[in-house]
Amino acid sequence: MSDVVKRTFVIFVEDRPGVLNRVTSLFRRRDFNIESLTVSESHEPGVSRITVVCLANEDTAKRIEANVYKLVNVLEVDEITHKPRIERCLALIKVRADRAARAELIQLCEMFRASVVDVAPESLTIEAVGAPGKIQGLLTVLEPFGIEEMVQSGAIAMTRGSVPKAERRRPVREIQVA
Amino acid sequence: MSSNAPNPTEPAPLSRETMPDRRGEVLTGAQIIWEVLLREGVDVVFGYPGGAIMPAYDAMIQYPIRHVLVRHEQGASHMADGYARASGQVGVCVATSGPGATNLVTGIATAMLDSSPIVCITGQVGANLLGSDAFQEIDITGVTLPITKHNYLVTSVDEIVPVMREAFYIARSGRPGPVLVDICKNAQQESTTFEWSDEPVTLPGYRPVYVPKDDHVAQALELIAKAKRPVILAGQGVVKSGATEALTRFVDASGIPVACTLLGLGGFPASHAQNLGMMGMHGEAWVNTAIQEADLLLAFGMRFDDRVTGNLKTFAPGARKVHVELDPSEINKNVKVDVPIIGDLKKVLELMQPGLTGVERPAWTARIAELKGDSAVRDIQHLPDLGKLYAAHVIHDLWRLTEGRAVVVTDVGQHQMWEAQYYHHDEPRSLITSGGLGTMGFALPAAIGARFAADPGKSVWVVVGDGGFQMTACELTTCVQEDIKVNIAIINNGFLGMVRQWQEFFYGGRYVATPIKSPDFVKLADAHGLKGMRVESRADLAAAVREAEAHPGTVVIDFRVEQEDSVYPMVPAGADLGDMIKRPRRVDGRVAQHNPIFETGEDR
Ligand SMILES: Cc1ncc(C[n+]2csc(CCOP(=O)(O)OP(=O)(O)O)c2C)c(N)n1
Ligand SMILES: [Mg+2]
Repeated sequence: MSDVVKRTFVIFVEDRPGVLNRVTSLFRRRDFNIESLTVSESHEPGVSRITVVCLANEDTAKRIEANVYKLVNVLEVDEITHKPRIERCLALIKVRADRAARAELIQLCEMFRASVVDVAPESLTIEAVGAPGKIQGLLTVLEPFGIEEMVQSGAIAMTRGSVPKAERRRPVREIQVA
Repeated sequence: MSSNAPNPTEPAPLSRETMPDRRGEVLTGAQIIWEVLLREGVDVVFGYPGGAIMPAYDAMIQYPIRHVLVRHEQGASHMADGYARASGQVGVCVATSGPGATNLVTGIATAMLDSSPIVCITGQVGANLLGSDAFQEIDITGVTLPITKHNYLVTSVDEIVPVMREAFYIARSGRPGPVLVDICKNAQQESTTFEWSDEPVTLPGYRPVYVPKDDHVAQALELIAKAKRPVILAGQGVVKSGATEALTRFVDASGIPVACTLLGLGGFPASHAQNLGMMGMHGEAWVNTAIQEADLLLAFGMRFDDRVTGNLKTFAPGARKVHVELDPSEINKNVKVDVPIIGDLKKVLELMQPGLTGVERPAWTARIAELKGDSAVRDIQHLPDLGKLYAAHVIHDLWRLTEGRAVVVTDVGQHQMWEAQYYHHDEPRSLITSGGLGTMGFALPAAIGARFAADPGKSVWVVVGDGGFQMTACELTTCVQEDIKVNIAIINNGFLGMVRQWQEFFYGGRYVATPIKSPDFVKLADAHGLKGMRVESRADLAAAVREAEAHPGTVVIDFRVEQEDSVYPMVPAGADLGDMIKRPRRVDGRVAQHNPIFETGEDR
C-alpha cells in the first residue's frame, strides 16, 4: 500500500520476566515486520520502555497499537511517527585505515560529529550517534575505506518539548480498572 | 478393617454452605488453589492427575468441587470450553506438567479462536528445577503464549491467590479467552496464610471495557436512517454480551433483516421473521446475495472471518459498514469499515435504540423475498423416502423431535454445516461448535462440559462425524464413569466427508485418504455398557431419537447416511461471496442422484 512508512512506537510495559517475549511474539504472530527494537528501563521504577520501528501503513499501524494494547502487561502504546520527536541510533564502525587514510577519516568523523574511540595500526573504530539516516550517510562515505565490522543499536525515540500534563503517563499505581 | 472406620472413598458430602471460612489460616498452596476456585464460583473441573499436580489433587477431596476424570487432557480443555460456552461462566481444566499440559493445547487454541473463557491449571516441576529439562518439564507458558489471552508461571505459594484471581478476571472480562496458570510443585507444597479480599482485581495495563463514542453512534444512526438496503450481520458477540433481547428490539424497531454467522446462530431467534439465516461459505444463497447487494452492513459482534466474507476485494462492494465490536484490534483487520463503534454490543444497541426510526423499505423487502424464492423452504418433510438416509433428514427430524429445544454440540465437517442449516436455533447458547479453529474431536468432550452447565431439563445432543468421533471417542468411558448423559448422533458417511467434498469439487474427484473405516459403533457403545443403536432408513429415525431421549444413560446412534452427499450451497474458499455452487435442483421432475435436498416451494 501507498502509505507504508517506517513507524515508531513507544511502548511502556511492566518490568517482569517474559514481557519482551510477549511483545515480540505478537509482532511475529500478526506478521508485523520489526525493523528495530530496543528495550531499557524508563524513568519510572517497575516500568520498561520499548521503542519499536516497523514498516506499516496507517491501518496496520492502528492494529499494531490495538494489538499491543491487548497484552495484559502493556501499560501504554504511543505511535509517535508523526509527532515532533528525537530519534537516535548508536553505531560502532571499524574501518580499515592505514596511516595515509587516517587524517581523511578523522575529518569525515568531525563532519558527522562522530568520534574515533579506538585506534589500531591498520584500523579505526568510530562511534556515531544520530538519527538512523545520519548513520546510513556516514556508512556510505566510509564504505570506500573498507568497513571491517559494524554494529548498530535500534532506534530510541522521544517526543520533543515537555509532555502536556493531560498526556503524561500516570504512574502505574494510579491506574485502576473497574 | 472395622465396619465403623471411615471409608476413604466415601467422604462426608461437602457443600459450599458448610465449608469453613479459612481466611487467616495457614494453608498449603494446594489447598489455596481450591479455596480460590470455590470463591470464583467453580462447581466442576475437568482434569487428569500426574506427578507435578498431585499435591493439588490430594487437597481436592477437602472441597465441594466435582472433578471429572477425562481420558485425554484434550478432552479436559474441550470440556471446560463446552461448559463455558453453555453457561457463559469460566470453565476450568486441570492437568499435570509436560505431556498433560501439551495435551491441553488443541483445546486451548479452540477456546482462543472462539473467545471462550477457560482457566487451565497445570502442574509444573519445582521452581528450583525450572530450565533444567527435568522429568516432564515443558515450558507450557512459552508453548501457549500465542494461544492464550494471558498466562502465568507461579513459582511460590504467595503468588497463587493474586495470580488465580487475575486469571479468572482476565478470562471472563472484555473479549473472553483462555488463561493458563502453570503452578510449580513447590508452590503447591509450601504453606502460607490464606488471605482473600473481594476487592475488584486491578491490573495497571488491562483495559477490557471501552465506552462507545457518541459521534460514532450518531453516525451509525444516520447511516441506518438513510439506508435503502441494510443487513445486520450478527455474530457470537450477540451471545457473549447477552444481547439477544436488545437485538430483537433493535430489529423490531428498525425492520432490518439479520444474517447470522455460524457462531451467531441462536443469538437471534431462527424463527424471527427478519432472520434470513446463516451467511458465509455454506450460508444460504439468498443471504449471501442480500449481503452483496446491501448498501449498509451493520456488523454486530462478528469479525469478518474469511469463511464469512469470501473474497475480501469483492465483499459487499456497495455497502457502507458499521462495525460494533468489543476488541479494537478487530477494527479494519479484514474489512475496512466506515463507522467503528467499540464497546459492549448490548450497551451499544441500547444506546442506539432511542435513535431508531421505523423506515419502510418495501423494495428491499420485496427483493429479499424474491431472492429467497422457492429456496427458502426446503422440502425435507415430504421428500420421498428413497430408502436412503440423508444427513439433512437426521438433523431436520432431530430438530422437530426435540422441538428445537436441545443443546446441540457439533463436531467439524459436513454434519456441522448441515446442523447449522437444518437445526433452527431459537435460543442463545443452544448451539456449541468450534468455528474459528474448526477442531475435529471437539463435540463429545464439549458436550460433556455443556451437560454440566445446560438447563437440566434440556437434552444435550452431540452431532458428530464418523471421523471426528474417533478422535475423542475415549471420552465415552468418561460418560460411564462420571454418570453423564448425552445423546450422540454419529453422522456416519464412511468418509472424511467435508474433505471428500472438496476433492469432488476441486481435486478431480480423487478421494485421497478420505474413505475412513470405523469400528462398529453399536458394539463400541455396548463395550462401554452404553446403549447403542443403528439407523439406516428414515423410517427408523424417530423411534431411535425418542428412545435415546428416554434412556437414562449416554446413547450412541450410528446414523448410516448417504456416503457421497455434499453440503450446498458453497462459496469456494477465496471466491466472491455471491459466487456459489448452488444446491442442484430437481431435473425433469427427478432428483439428481446424490442430491436429494432439492428446492421446492413446499413447507419445510
Ligand atoms: C483436528 C482436525 N484435523 C483435520 C481437520 C480437517 N477436516 C475438516 S472436516 C474433515 C472431515 C471430517 O470428517 P467427519 O468427522 O467424518 O465429518 P463429515 O465431514 O464426514 O461430516 C477434516 C479431516 C480438522 N478440521 N480438524
Ligand atoms: Mg464422515
